[in-house]
Amino acid sequence: MTAVKEKRTVDVPVPSDGEFQSENILTVKNLEIYYGEKRAVNGISMDIEKNSVTALIGPSGCGKSTFLRSINRMNDLIPGARAAGEILYEDLNILSENINVTALRKEIGMVFQKPNPFPKSIYDNITHALKFAGIRKKSMLDEMVEESLRKAALWDEVKDRLDRSALSLSGGQQQRLCIARTIAMKPTVILLDEPSSALDPISNAKVEDLIVDLKKDYSIVIVTHNMQQASRISDKTAFFLSGDLVEYDKTEKIFTNPSVTKTEEYISGRFG
Amino acid sequence: MEKLLPARDRLLKSNKSRLDGEWRGKIIVIVCAIIMISATIAITIFLGTKGLQSFIKNGISIIEFLTSTKWNPTDPANPAYGVLPFIFGSFAVTLLSALVAAPLGIGGAIFMTEIAPSWGRKILQPVVELLVGIPSVVYGFIGLTVLVPFIRENVGGLGFSLLSGTIVLSIMILPTITTIATDAISSLPNHLREGSYALGATRWQTIRRVLIPAALPSLLTAIILGMARAFGEALAVQMVIGNVRDLPTSILDASATLTTIITLNMGHTTYGSVENNTLWSMGLILLIMSFAFILLIRYLSSRRRL
Amino acid sequence: MNSKTADRIATGVFIAIALIIVAVLAGLFSYIFINGFKNISLEFLTTPSSNVRAGGGIRDQLFNSFYILFITMLITVPIGIGGGVYMAEYAKPGKITDLIRTCIEVLSSLPSIVIGMFGLLVFVNTTGWGYTILGGALALTIFNLPTMVRTTEDAIRAVPRDLKEASLALGITHWHTIKTVILPTAFPSILTGGILAAGRVFGEAAALLFTAGLSTPRLDYTNWNPFSDQSPLNIFRPAETLAVHIWSVNTQGLIPDVDEVSSGASAVLVISVLIFNLGARWIGSRIHKRITATK
Repeated sequence: MTAVKEKRTVDVPVPSDGEFQSENILTVKNLEIYYGEKRAVNGISMDIEKNSVTALIGPSGCGKSTFLRSINRMNDLIPGARAAGEILYEDLNILSENINVTALRKEIGMVFQKPNPFPKSIYDNITHALKFAGIRKKSMLDEMVEESLRKAALWDEVKDRLDRSALSLSGGQQQRLCIARTIAMKPTVILLDEPSSALDPISNAKVEDLIVDLKKDYSIVIVTHNMQQASRISDKTAFFLSGDLVEYDKTEKIFTNPSVTKTEEYISGRFG
Repeated sequence: MEKLLPARDRLLKSNKSRLDGEWRGKIIVIVCAIIMISATIAITIFLGTKGLQSFIKNGISIIEFLTSTKWNPTDPANPAYGVLPFIFGSFAVTLLSALVAAPLGIGGAIFMTEIAPSWGRKILQPVVELLVGIPSVVYGFIGLTVLVPFIRENVGGLGFSLLSGTIVLSIMILPTITTIATDAISSLPNHLREGSYALGATRWQTIRRVLIPAALPSLLTAIILGMARAFGEALAVQMVIGNVRDLPTSILDASATLTTIITLNMGHTTYGSVENNTLWSMGLILLIMSFAFILLIRYLSSRRRL
Repeated sequence: MNSKTADRIATGVFIAIALIIVAVLAGLFSYIFINGFKNISLEFLTTPSSNVRAGGGIRDQLFNSFYILFITMLITVPIGIGGGVYMAEYAKPGKITDLIRTCIEVLSSLPSIVIGMFGLLVFVNTTGWGYTILGGALALTIFNLPTMVRTTEDAIRAVPRDLKEASLALGITHWHTIKTVILPTAFPSILTGGILAAGRVFGEAAALLFTAGLSTPRLDYTNWNPFSDQSPLNIFRPAETLAVHIWSVNTQGLIPDVDEVSSGASAVLVISVLIFNLGARWIGSRIHKRITATK
């Protein structure tokens, strides 16, 4: 365990490292997350790059989802959950008390493990949040619906039945609708919590293509249990274990030549 | 366009965001919660002070009120304010009806969950729900036109009796007991049954030695809730019990309960008179009893969690 | 006696109990309907009641019952839904939430006669209104509120957490999420529960004896001015409901045809409650189908 901890401090990149020149969208500093007395994330620090896909991997209960949910303050919903440390977004600590979480969640959107469209029409699923944000003009809404469905590679499949219930879509379509709904808010960061684990392989492939496609416009953080998925779509990968960030590096490096033995053991399927 | 603003201006809470719909909504629901608290407190305070007036203002002794069997508030020379016969009547019909309804209700629950879980429930569940739907005055009316003459002709007495009150109340509280008992027994973990059957126990042995003991606190809760309903029921009992002021000596005697005396006399007495005040004191007893039933149920549910 | 025999006897006893329960219901229903239908006619439903002569109907009582129910639901539904939303969405575990839960428990276990007495004290005497529809409706509100709050709370808690998270994650505020996602999804259950509660209110009498009274003024159904004494819509007039009418003709009435009037009125009352119950189920399942429809 001590070895792991030492490694972590060495491996976590700092912006001046030279190797990581690209711009960061999020900077995490000594983030600790507690559920009541129990500590789920043990003081992690990492930078998340702009316009890239960052994958968070690790066995169940390692704290990766907890970390992900803290980035747009979804943990606020869990009674007894609290966070210490900082997550800087444009130099602003988004964990701070006086953050307007609803405004934050518009910029840092989230897609969940199980597709969760509203029991409304496909069209209304996308306009639901737009209307709340104050957009009322029909022509504008129509335009935004089409744009976000196109970006989510769903437009061609649903353009003739926008008034149908979203629940009539297949699981994969539902998940892409959820992504479209998030895109419609024009976020800067999209958080994905195992977005394709509930889907069949074909839908999964579509969602993966979509994610790679989206990174030119958005910064993406994805939690996944699927090693292949992480290696296929992400630029950088962070390996979590028991609430610690064990290793964080370019995906290539993590999957070909990890510096920590635990990482290697995990990606080669020896535990987890 | 929004994003041109610095993060500070976009993401920090401002006074404007505090005053928007979020707060209006929160205030609306908090007001609703406050209404419930204040209704409960108002009922307790209003009925409490009004109910104590006959003791404080009219100087009736609480002891005499609760223990004397003489009720004669209208005697101008020597009025007597003993409500023991009515307290006795209330407890008598409550206990007797629980005695009738508990075996039927729990038996019905066992029938639905253990004897015929597939079709039994489909038949009995709607039956029980329909019984709940019959208003209490309808029970009273049928009791008055069918039960009272039946008892008068076939059992004896006037027909207006503790027995009639008991039977009407038994039917009225049967659905309460059956529903809660069914939930209690069907929520028992299946391994209890399997364990018992695996040891070669018959169904009856399993029910008697395993299921009933395991569900006992919930079954008692079911019975207490039924009793609470019986204790507070007014009109149906009033229509069949006869409403006399004496202590009954047999189950075929006419009797009266706290609720029936209140129902009968509230409209005929002058507001503020001594007799009227004693009715409010009886109402206070009903209020205290419903608190007592709640405490009893809480005690049982705390035991269930152990 | 060996255990096999005991088992067989016990099974027999349980079947007998089930039969008794079914027989009780069958007996009650056949009595209510057989005697009731003999006495229900259009004339019975549209004639005002008589205090002394035979042949009176239940027109005003029927109207009063529905009108009081309507006013009661008008007050109960918003407060009950608000309270239910508070309990399901805002209440944090702690002393205040425990206090509110205790209050709901107390209110729901109060005998209706006690609620009627409270109504008499506050809505009749303290306010000086006398016996009024409004007083009766307020008493019934106290009677009905706990059910409405529980129904709403249960319905909201049954809404999948995913939906709430989805809405919040889009940057929608909690209150707007409640209004546009949670309540619409919970609506079928709330409606079903509300209609069932309405059925209970419709048959309630004890809480109304001392609040809405035992009499109805002469009503003129062409008078729609809610402030006129003869208007059926006036909420500050006394109003005897159907359930109260059954009680009063049986215990203090002078009419010779008590049994006929009571049988007819009982059947109308029970049929109304049945319609509420069946209607609740039907509407609930219909709306549920429409919302989750995969047309």
